[in-house]
Amino acid sequence: MIRVILPPHLRTLAQVHGDVELNVSGPITQRSILDALEARYPMLRGTIRDHGTLQRRAFLRFFACEEDFSHEPPDAPLPDAVASGKEPFIVIGAIAGG
Amino acid sequence: MSKVRVLVGTRKGAFILTSDGKRENWDVSGPHFAGWELYHLKGSPADPNRLYASQSSGWYGQLIQRSDDGGKTWHQPGTPPGEPPAPGPPKAASNKFVYDVSPETGKPLTTHQFYDGTQHPWEFKRVWHLEPSLTDPNTVYAGVEDAALFRSTDGGENWKEVSGLRGHGTGPRWQPGAGGMCLHTVILDPSNPQRMYIAISAAGAFRTDDAGTSWKPINKGLYSQYIPDPRAEVGHCVHHVAMNPRRPGVLFMQKHWDVMRSDDAGDNWKEISGNLPTDFGFVIDVHAHEPETIYVVPIKSDGEHFVPDGKLRVYRSRTGGNEWEALTKGLPQSNCYVNVLRDAMAVDSLDKCGIYFGTSGGQVYCSADAGDSWSPIVRDLPGVLSVEVQTLG
Repeated sequence: MIRVILPPHLRTLAQVHGDVELNVSGPITQRSILDALEARYPMLRGTIRDHGTLQRRAFLRFFACEEDFSHEPPDAPLPDAVASGKEPFIVIGAIAGG
Repeated sequence: MSKVRVLVGTRKGAFILTSDGKRENWDVSGPHFAGWELYHLKGSPADPNRLYASQSSGWYGQLIQRSDDGGKTWHQPGTPPGEPPAPGPPKAASNKFVYDVSPETGKPLTTHQFYDGTQHPWEFKRVWHLEPSLTDPNTVYAGVEDAALFRSTDGGENWKEVSGLRGHGTGPRWQPGAGGMCLHTVILDPSNPQRMYIAISAAGAFRTDDAGTSWKPINKGLYSQYIPDPRAEVGHCVHHVAMNPRRPGVLFMQKHWDVMRSDDAGDNWKEISGNLPTDFGFVIDVHAHEPETIYVVPIKSDGEHFVPDGKLRVYRSRTGGNEWEALTKGLPQSNCYVNVLRDAMAVDSLDKCGIYFGTSGGQVYCSADAGDSWSPIVRDLPGVLSVEVQTLG
C-alpha cells in the first residue's frame, strides 16, 4: 500500500483526512502513483499535474525519504521505502508568498 | 417578497450575502472554498439556483464549482462529492481548459505579444469570468487568461474553446495588461442570440454576429497612448464593458484611461469622461431601469490603483455620460485607499435599483436607492475580486 500525503487544500478537495493509501500496480513511480491518485480522486485531476501535458504544476514539489524528486523523470522508480509503504510520497506546495 | 442574493468572489474564498427587498438586513454565508481565489461567481438567469464559480490557485490551478441549490452546496461538475468514479478512466474534465487546435474546429496556437514586445506562446492560466446563458442553465461561457473564450453546454462538465476569437487573426498583437492577458467581459445580447460581445485586456472589445464562429474588433474611436498607433484596431486595454439588456445596442466602456460609449453595438465609440476627477478606473455599470444612468468608480491612475484624495466616491451620470455627480453619502471620505476591480460592481432589478460594489479592502457596499446613499453589507472580507447580484422572487 502506497501512502500519499497531500497538502491541506487538496485534502479538502478530495474530502480526505490524513494520509491517502493507494493500491498501485506495476513499478512505483511518480506517474503510477499520480495515476492511481487521480483515478480514486478524480476531482484532483489538473490540480497536481497539468490536464493536457501531465507536467507537474510549477508551485508543487514531490518529496520522499527526505529527498526532492520534483525534477526526476516521472517514470523513474521511487525508493523501495515508498514502494513498501514505509515512507510516504509527499505532494507539497512550494513556499511562495511568505 | 423579493429577495436579493449577492455573490462575492474574494482573494480567499467566496461569500454569499442575502437580504429581502429592503436590502437593510443581511445574512452572510462563507467563506466557501476558503483559501482559494474566487475570480467570479454568477447565477443562471434561466435557473437562479444554478450558480457557477471560478476557483483558482497559483499552486493548484483552476477548478470550476457549481451549485444547484442557490449556493447551499457545491460540487465540481462531473464529480459529485461522495460518488465513486464511474468505471473507466476518470473524466473529471470540468477544469480542463485546452485551446482547440484541432483541424476541424480549432485554430493554430499562435503567439501573442508579451510585456517586452516579444512574442510569447498562449498558456492557459485561469478563468476570469463566467457568463451563463440567458436561456439554458447548462450552457455557460468562460473568459480565460491567456485570452480565449470557452463554452460548456453540459453544466460545466466539459469545455470547448470558441476558437474563432483567439484565431481570428489579430492575436499576435494582443498583450497582457497588469493583471494578465485576460478575457474578462462576456455580454450576451438578449435580443439576438447570435450576437455576443467580449473584452480583453489588452486587446480591446470584439463582437460576433454568428454565435461565435467569426469575430471582429470593435475599437474604432478608442485612443490609447501606450500602443505605438494610439488608434490601432487592437491593443487597447479595455477594463470593462456594460450594457443594459433592455437596450442592447448601447454599450458603456471603462477603458484603462477614458470612459466611452457606443450607440451602434461597438462599431464606433466616443469619450464621455466629461467632468470625472480622473477617467482611469475598472468598473462600469448601468442602472437596471434607466438606460442613460451609468456608474463608475474613478481610480487615481494606472500607477496608483486607489481612489483619489482618500475619498471613496461612486460617480453617476444620468445623461449617458459627460455630466457626472459624486455619490458619497455613507462612503468613507477620508484616508480611504481602496481599489474596485473590473467585475466588482453589479445592479439588481428591484425598484429602486440597487447598486453593489466590493473593494480591495474587503468591503461590500450596497445602495438601495440607485446610489443616493450607501451602507456596507460587510466590512472585513478578503480583497474583493467580483460582485454579482441576483434578484429573486
